[in-house]
Amino acid sequence: MKLSPEQVKQVAHLARLEIRPEQLGHYAAQLSSILEMVSQLAAARTDAVEPMAHPLDMVQRLRPDAVTEEDRRADFQAIAPAVENGLYLVPKVIE
Amino acid sequence: MHNLSIKELSEGLKAKRFSSRELTQHHLDRIARHDWALNSFITVTPERAMAQAAAADAQLAAGAGGPLTGIPLAQKDIFCTRGVKTSCGSKMLDRFVAPYDATIVEKLDAAGMVMLGKANMDEFAMGSSNETSWHGAVRNPWNPGRVPGGSSGGSAAAVAAGLAPAATATDTGGSIRQPAALTNLTGIKPTYGRVSRYGMIAFASSLDQAGVLARSAQDAAYVLQAMAGFDPRDSTSVDCPVDDYPAALDKPLRGLRIGLPDEFFAEGLEPGVRSCVEGAIKKLWELGAEFENVSLPNMPLSVPTYYVVAPAEASSNLARFDGVRYGHRADNAASLEELYKRSRGEGFGAEVQRRIMIGTYVLSHGYYDAYYLKAQKVRRLIYDDFKRAFASVDLVLGPTAQNVAFRLGDKGDDPVAMYLNDIYTIAANLAGIPALSMPCGFHDGLPVGVQLMGNFFDEARMLNVAHQYQQATDWHKRRPPGFE
Repeated sequence: MKLSPEQVKQVAHLARLEIRPEQLGHYAAQLSSILEMVSQLAAARTDAVEPMAHPLDMVQRLRPDAVTEEDRRADFQAIAPAVENGLYLVPKVIE
Repeated sequence: MHNLSIKELSEGLKAKRFSSRELTQHHLDRIARHDWALNSFITVTPERAMAQAAAADAQLAAGAGGPLTGIPLAQKDIFCTRGVKTSCGSKMLDRFVAPYDATIVEKLDAAGMVMLGKANMDEFAMGSSNETSWHGAVRNPWNPGRVPGGSSGGSAAAVAAGLAPAATATDTGGSIRQPAALTNLTGIKPTYGRVSRYGMIAFASSLDQAGVLARSAQDAAYVLQAMAGFDPRDSTSVDCPVDDYPAALDKPLRGLRIGLPDEFFAEGLEPGVRSCVEGAIKKLWELGAEFENVSLPNMPLSVPTYYVVAPAEASSNLARFDGVRYGHRADNAASLEELYKRSRGEGFGAEVQRRIMIGTYVLSHGYYDAYYLKAQKVRRLIYDDFKRAFASVDLVLGPTAQNVAFRLGDKGDDPVAMYLNDIYTIAANLAGIPALSMPCGFHDGLPVGVQLMGNFFDEARMLNVAHQYQQATDWHKRRPPGFE
């Protein structure tokens, strides 16, 4: 599987990563070599095999629906790069 | 003091031969003297350390305290530490001061351990050489031109150089065991779910597990004892009792059955490494262990499986870094999309970007079945191989790495060559089983590690075997020249 610079650009867009145009070719070559290594998987016979998402056979644990966390809004806002009047600031979304 | 075991340090503290403040200052002094050459710490926290040491001394003076009270350690910078920078080796989090403690930080604090600082690591734990850290590469105390392994390279270098008696670490594909092998340490990756992941910055959530890097199996047993256990704040934490690891160390090895998988001794294993591992097999046989061949036929597919599963999970986990709530934010973005893209483009290094893109690609429409679903099926085959092996043996043994520590920059621009470093370690993460690396000799003056892989929750047995081996050998007591 070979990725073109154009495909890398598309994947980077999906991942919300800015990649400089002059880096696209380099990334395309490296990602292609990774996918080529990964393509060994195609040879494995897996017709009747259940996919394994997780090493432990466990189900999601439930807990009582009770408030256990204290309110630490101010602490969490203190580490944000830009806040004003208790709100997170982002560039204008609606024109 | 920096060559004593944790047990000896604890006895010294209890007998008042030295105080925790003296012990802590001694290690802080060693960091100040040596770490400019190693770069094993991202942040040193002398004030926090001396305050914890003073509290430990007060506890000890009152006749209280446990086996770890007053003993210093380094925390890998992947664990959130309240009020202390937690960078995860990334520019993205370079100004991130964690608002809460990871569970294991709380537990080790509660056990009376003294945090010296935060250890350097590959960015977001993605790397096998500690060269991807935004804070610069870490050097191997055994040879400053060589890598210490990764991603827990700072933890390993600090402990190997005697800058800390032990360190926490994490292992997603070998990040505890490979650095242990390359720096002559004992490193244990517990069973998936044994140690809480709460407050441990996520890389690949179905693989990540926290563990210990230490200078002996006995030291590792004491620290792991304080870390392990159920945590309701981690939904994948397992609610089953924790064995008494130190108490299990002394069991004789007679009757122990160890499996040797051909796949771990195939082409690619450096002859000098092989002969050290064979020496360990002979020694364990002399100690009473029995050996038989086992087969893990799908093991060679573990690297390709991992490089689908881990990047897929990483691309999802790292989606949280958006430049809005915390972490790096690009200046003067004109739109929200530009803010996301530039913050992430500037904040993540090349290896993290590669893995995010691979993960995004294998999860994208049209490729999901061919890559992600296929990898999950092969993961099951690898898991089944181990299940079959453990029906006839107690442990599986093989080398930890194919080679000794390589030179800095050697695998610079070839990600696949770097990934193949973890060929022997990744299978245990995919299966979820515990695994340990311990020193077993030297090749070209550089340390070699041998790996034990155990059945689920068999940490006590693995530490026991490593301890018995270390009673009969002295490889683990060798110290790097210049750091004795």
